[in-house]
Amino acid sequence: MQGRKIFKGKVVGEALVTGDDISFYGGCDPETGEIVEKDHHLEGKSVSGKILVFPSGKGSTVGSYVLYALKKADKAPLAIVNKVMDPVVAVGCIISEIPAVDQIDIGKIKNGQKIEVDADNGVVTLIEG
Amino acid sequence: MGLALTTEEKEMLDGKHGKATRKSMEIITTLGEIYGAKRLIPVTSVQIAGVSYHNLGEAGLEYLSEMAEDGHARVLTTLNPAGMDMLEWKKHGIPEDFAENQERVVNAFERMGVITTCTCTPYLIGNLPHFREHIAWAESSAVCFANSVIGAFTNREGGPSALATALTGKTAEYGFHLEENRLAQVKYDVQIELKDTDDFGLLGKAIGTRTGKTIPYITGIEKATTEELKSFCASIATYGGVAIFHMEGITPNKTTIPKKTEVVTEDDLRAARAELDDKEADIDFISVGCPHASIKEIAEIAEMLDGKKVADGKTVWITTAKPTKDLAIKMGFYDTIEKAGAFLVADACCAVAPLKGRFTGLMTDSAKACFYARGKNKFKTEIRTVKQCIKEAIT
Repeated sequence: MQGRKIFKGKVVGEALVTGDDISFYGGCDPETGEIVEKDHHLEGKSVSGKILVFPSGKGSTVGSYVLYALKKADKAPLAIVNKVMDPVVAVGCIISEIPAVDQIDIGKIKNGQKIEVDADNGVVTLIEG
Repeated sequence: MGLALTTEEKEMLDGKHGKATRKSMEIITTLGEIYGAKRLIPVTSVQIAGVSYHNLGEAGLEYLSEMAEDGHARVLTTLNPAGMDMLEWKKHGIPEDFAENQERVVNAFERMGVITTCTCTPYLIGNLPHFREHIAWAESSAVCFANSVIGAFTNREGGPSALATALTGKTAEYGFHLEENRLAQVKYDVQIELKDTDDFGLLGKAIGTRTGKTIPYITGIEKATTEELKSFCASIATYGGVAIFHMEGITPNKTTIPKKTEVVTEDDLRAARAELDDKEADIDFISVGCPHASIKEIAEIAEMLDGKKVADGKTVWITTAKPTKDLAIKMGFYDTIEKAGAFLVADACCAVAPLKGRFTGLMTDSAKACFYARGKNKFKTEIRTVKQCIKEAIT
């Protein structure tokens, strides 16, 4: 799938997919990577080491620093794939050097599926069905 | 790529001007591409948010320290409020470890050549852009004031993007930097006689809640002081996310006038007041100065407190910018206020200081302060005029 590069990098990993937007500030524990927003589809799950696939970011601009905290704690997602990139998440990916791509039809990615993110070229490839 | 860069901008992006400048340029160009900007433009003023250690945390501080290794501000840059008065924090009951961390944050900014006055009203203390000047400000109330009241051009920046502009002197040309995105979309006819800062805050809530991010054209207000406008800006940005509004006869921007008209009445103001007035609020904290109090407001408060005593069990914070506090010291207002048992607190405010658990009920003239007191600190709130707030403090 062809999308748009937000921040460079190339990784292969397991997709963690949600249809809910994510607010990293207040919605994700900066030390563990666990989604803590009440009633969020991913509540209780950790984003750590996963290719995190979600529609878009929401919430406070402090969210950029939460992604940075996750990176420093070795709990950051491996990469981020969005439908529409929100500036808070974009800035978070840049300062934390997390590969990120947007303009992807995320409905085609299944939870737990192995995928490749080639952010340099803005391409997401499904490896296993 | 639709975004064209100059030779100097490309060099910044390639790392020829150092690590911090490279990272900053990556942030600016990425935002520019996301929003379809065609070029970068120079700015003359920056206001950075994300200064309170309470919001920033250790990771945010680490990022700032990394940027401070070789980053240096290229344009006039000031800071949002910190979590405490940088000099008198001890007597306001701020814990020592918090103070240490807050100092590390401010020191990191200082290393980058940022002017470390910590205030949400930079326009009152020397960071005052002029009409149609391009700037990059964070702090939603100041953004709204700059765009609407001054007529400068800024987007609503976040902490890292404002810092990125400080270190490069550039921002991407999109959003409110373009004339066509600043035009009014809905007309609000205000049929109320507004009296004080609290009324303007309530009006901001009433319109902000209705309008969201739609740009309002407001009629029916004959005059408004700087203090009333800063209260209005803070509130309409908090409750609606408004970055720019037009007020007939008061704000300077040109706009077409929208046909679609909504009426704002006394009932709307009463409803907004009722929503911010908690029943059974036990008021033990009174705070004025959200946004930071002007010297005029401090002079009036000093007069009200002259010879009076703050009641037992009540704490009073009048929050302001450090240069304004210095002026208040020179004029004797500080002594009068502190002798009465109230605090004139510089650099901080009741929304970003670590106050959770210390109080149960806040009385303030600020609709914005009510929002944060409830959400972040779980205080009950009552909104009153400044005069009533001070009266509550001394009885």
